[in-house]
Amino acid sequence: MSSGSKTFISGNEAIAAGVRLVRPHVIAAYPITPQTTVIERLAEMVADGTLSAEYLHVESEHSALSACIGGSAVGARTFTASSSQGLLYMVECMHYASGGRFPVVMMNANRSVALPWNIYGDQRDSLSLLDSGWIQVYAEDAQESLDLVIQAYAVAEHPDVLTPVMVNLDGFVLTHTYELVNVPDQVDVDDFLPPFQTTNKMDPDRPMSLGFTAGPQHNQAFKQLQHLAMLSAERVIRETEERFGQLFGRNYPGLVDAFLCEDAEYVIVTLGSVAGTVRPVVERLRAMGERVGLLRIRYMRPFPEHEIRAALAGVKSVGVLEKDISFGYEGTVFTNVNSALTRTGAKAPRLLNFIGGLGGKDISVTDIEALFARLQASDEGETVTFV
Amino acid sequence: MNHPVRNASFKPPTRLEDYLVGTAFPSGHLVEINAAWRSERPAIDSERCTNCLICWLLCPDGVIRKTGDGRLEIDYDYCKGCGICARECRFDVIRMEKEGL
Repeated sequence: MSSGSKTFISGNEAIAAGVRLVRPHVIAAYPITPQTTVIERLAEMVADGTLSAEYLHVESEHSALSACIGGSAVGARTFTASSSQGLLYMVECMHYASGGRFPVVMMNANRSVALPWNIYGDQRDSLSLLDSGWIQVYAEDAQESLDLVIQAYAVAEHPDVLTPVMVNLDGFVLTHTYELVNVPDQVDVDDFLPPFQTTNKMDPDRPMSLGFTAGPQHNQAFKQLQHLAMLSAERVIRETEERFGQLFGRNYPGLVDAFLCEDAEYVIVTLGSVAGTVRPVVERLRAMGERVGLLRIRYMRPFPEHEIRAALAGVKSVGVLEKDISFGYEGTVFTNVNSALTRTGAKAPRLLNFIGGLGGKDISVTDIEALFARLQASDEGETVTFV
Repeated sequence: MNHPVRNASFKPPTRLEDYLVGTAFPSGHLVEINAAWRSERPAIDSERCTNCLICWLLCPDGVIRKTGDGRLEIDYDYCKGCGICARECRFDVIRMEKEGL
């Protein structure tokens, strides 16, 4: 089993370390806080010769992803990174990448969306893009970020998937916090992740065209195939994590991470780094005899509806805590969880939606304790409340 | 000139599993006819045509072909019926005819 080396690095530096290990051919990115140090570290690696990649200085995020699509279209392994306004500027190309089945991997530093302008973390940037055809995964800490970026290529490039992946890190809380991280050895990553192979590429020895149009008769079939490939990703993600665990000794729990949910009556469902705040609250309440739990959603697409139903079976009250709001209704994570729990017709738990952390507003241990108290109280109250 | 022509033997997929993954496909052939919006079609009077090639040069869709024996022919699979050839012909030998409904 791989030993790797322990290093004290930030979430962003963990992403850069992971990207170097996957040996990308093309890196194209435009700097934006709080993503900037990812691409600064990668630029340094290319400059000092420890990473051999084509590093493209582009004039915008739209161009960054376009360049990655172009690279991927000739069979290159590509990486980009963005955040917030920059991510939104990429959106047109995001649909091109997923529709063209180009397995680009992107890191996104979750950050609020203007106005009012703000550089701090919430998840409204990526959650507004659940329909863009990208696999979306949310990390909790720096080690998971590094491991996810390596696994992301194995999932994205799998012939049954061929779908781009967005790896999300909470801005600042995760991107800029330093942690002890195990950086795997290159030889083991080479073993885990062979070079990218695809028939979906332009090649002078086998001339192909990029067909950009499909009329009404055939267009929907391509979209249906995208959906099926995304569903296949559920299996491929689990297989990839199992293989990763065997090789690197770090095991990941699949599309959700259930913490003390087995006999729980009150569970907070959330994603990203705030899970690290909920966890010790759950431990403390458990020590006091309260039957509480935490369900961290790791993958928002494909959406783990079966895992969520299984983990929350028998729970009395569920609170979905999210850094997002779809104005005029509720949080988008809540919409998805609610759908998973009610679509089978089985009796669903009471469901509440807690909106918090917008624009970087702190979510404290005291806030989490109050949320569990609200779940345990039998008041009817509003379904959607702000923390 | 080497024109792309319709690949008549191409069978469009009818089942999901027959579709390509992604949008890269072998180059050099057209798989669909694109002429449905034509309301008039140009007809060349080959007897009177002087083979000056002005229509061949000006056709925006490149569907006028030299046959090699001094005649010109029109690929009606892709002609849109714009009438530029008829308008530009200096010898007035291209006539626009109503398409049958």
